[in-house]
Amino acid sequence: MLAASSREHIAKAGRLGSGPALGPQQGTTAATPITDMVPKISVRGLVKSFKGAKGKTLQVIDGVEFDVAEGEFVAIVGPSGCGKSTLMNILAGFEKPDSGTLLIDGRPHPGPSPQGIVISQYGSVFPWLTVQQNLMFGLAGKDSAANAELADHYAAMVGLKGFENAYPHELSGGMLKRVELARAFIVKPEILYLDEPFSALDALMNLRMRNELLRILAEEKHTVLLITHDVDEALYMADRILVLSPRPTCIQARFELDMPHPRRLISPEMDALRERILNELGLVSP
Amino acid sequence: MNPRLGKVLPPLAVITAVIAFWWWIVVHNESPIFPTPWQVVTGTLELAEDGTLWEHIGASLYRVGIGFGAAMLVGIPLGLWMGWVAGAYRTFNPIFQMLRPISPIAWIPLAILWFGIGEASPIFLIFISSVFPLIVQTTSGVHTIDRRYLRAAANFGVTRWVMFRRVVIPAVLPEIIIGMRIGIGVAWLVVVAAEMIALRSGLGYLIMDSRNAGNRYDLVIAAMIIIGVIGLLLDGITRLLEKLKTVRWRYVR
Repeated sequence: MLAASSREHIAKAGRLGSGPALGPQQGTTAATPITDMVPKISVRGLVKSFKGAKGKTLQVIDGVEFDVAEGEFVAIVGPSGCGKSTLMNILAGFEKPDSGTLLIDGRPHPGPSPQGIVISQYGSVFPWLTVQQNLMFGLAGKDSAANAELADHYAAMVGLKGFENAYPHELSGGMLKRVELARAFIVKPEILYLDEPFSALDALMNLRMRNELLRILAEEKHTVLLITHDVDEALYMADRILVLSPRPTCIQARFELDMPHPRRLISPEMDALRERILNELGLVSP
Repeated sequence: MNPRLGKVLPPLAVITAVIAFWWWIVVHNESPIFPTPWQVVTGTLELAEDGTLWEHIGASLYRVGIGFGAAMLVGIPLGLWMGWVAGAYRTFNPIFQMLRPISPIAWIPLAILWFGIGEASPIFLIFISSVFPLIVQTTSGVHTIDRRYLRAAANFGVTRWVMFRRVVIPAVLPEIIIGMRIGIGVAWLVVVAAEMIALRSGLGYLIMDSRNAGNRYDLVIAAMIIIGVIGLLLDGITRLLEKLKTVRWRYVR
């Protein structure tokens, strides 16, 4: 994976340090700023290919490496069809990589578990359960009064007070997303895997949900891994942005965002950073 | 015009026109056998008064109830199992796919051979006719469950049993209801056919008996209309299940 590493460069976009701090540091191989602590998520040399038509193998992931620290919000940005979803499936434990290591707290990934909850663009709120029943789904001891109370507390937290007994088909797309977020937060996952979580929402609701998510994350600290094609979404929320190359994908650039929330998406340094990320994605106009 | 009235009026007009045409053609041809609509009404009243009509209806409904009930008890669990366990599907699906296109009527000789002429034969035929739609719909219902729901359940770390009970069964319920609608429809078709062969009660028997015992075509047509109305009611009752809160999601949007 040396070839992959040498293609990477790290950029630091400090709030105060504009200008030179934005420049790439070519040839740096360090994958993470973490020093002695065991990272929450540690990914090394991840490779995955699929059997395509006529027995051809299609390599999708080629040596992805990164670490995520406890409580960190890392966004992985990549072009459509680069293998983002496959990467997310592996990271969340639904698929096994062909090779490479994937450690959570320094131990091998245990497979899908409430330790890390996935929220995807398609949504998976059970339509046959009410909001309250959905929230209680992942709780042990099912329908106890204490669980119902907890569910109502989380429903209120995401702004669904009064809808506890509604069925999903009676809710709007934005409200469904809130149900899904609440259902994830209620089991107190250590990691949230967000796979283009808001991309099925309309633009305004998308913006609103970003703020909602940040508000909840300020209350309840989680490690977050966001996969998206929306650069602004990553810029708005993430502590660090990793840019994926086209397929077979690896991480071709890393950016640090040491900026407080709420962020302004239109500012000289954001514009510069956005341009650099879009440039990495091969999308920038001169 | 009242919009409700606007919906009801056209089909009512068609029914009225059919009855009027029927009446006119019978009177015009001075048919000695074919009854007028009014003769059908008086014939029906005659049967209702001496109680035989209710006995026939009751006998047919009883057979459908037992046969279809047994089909649900066998078909739904079997369909769930075949849908959930890949090996069970591979093992049993071919034989069910082969038996399914055989008309239930074709089973009549075997039914008479095995069960003789009694209650068991028509019940067996109803069972045979409605068990396959139930199996097939339930199985394909399990197969078409959106994977994201299974993944979400796995993500929350639930056991396979909880997954089956709280995700698979509710997700398949709408398909099961469709299977029940198809099944009860076929069952009703078959009970009438089965009763025409060799029994002493039921609406099918009423049709054959009325013809054989003195060409009572008024009763033949009365029985036909009653069969149609009851079939409609059975479907309507099954459709009420679609109103259940836990399956509404399947029918909206």
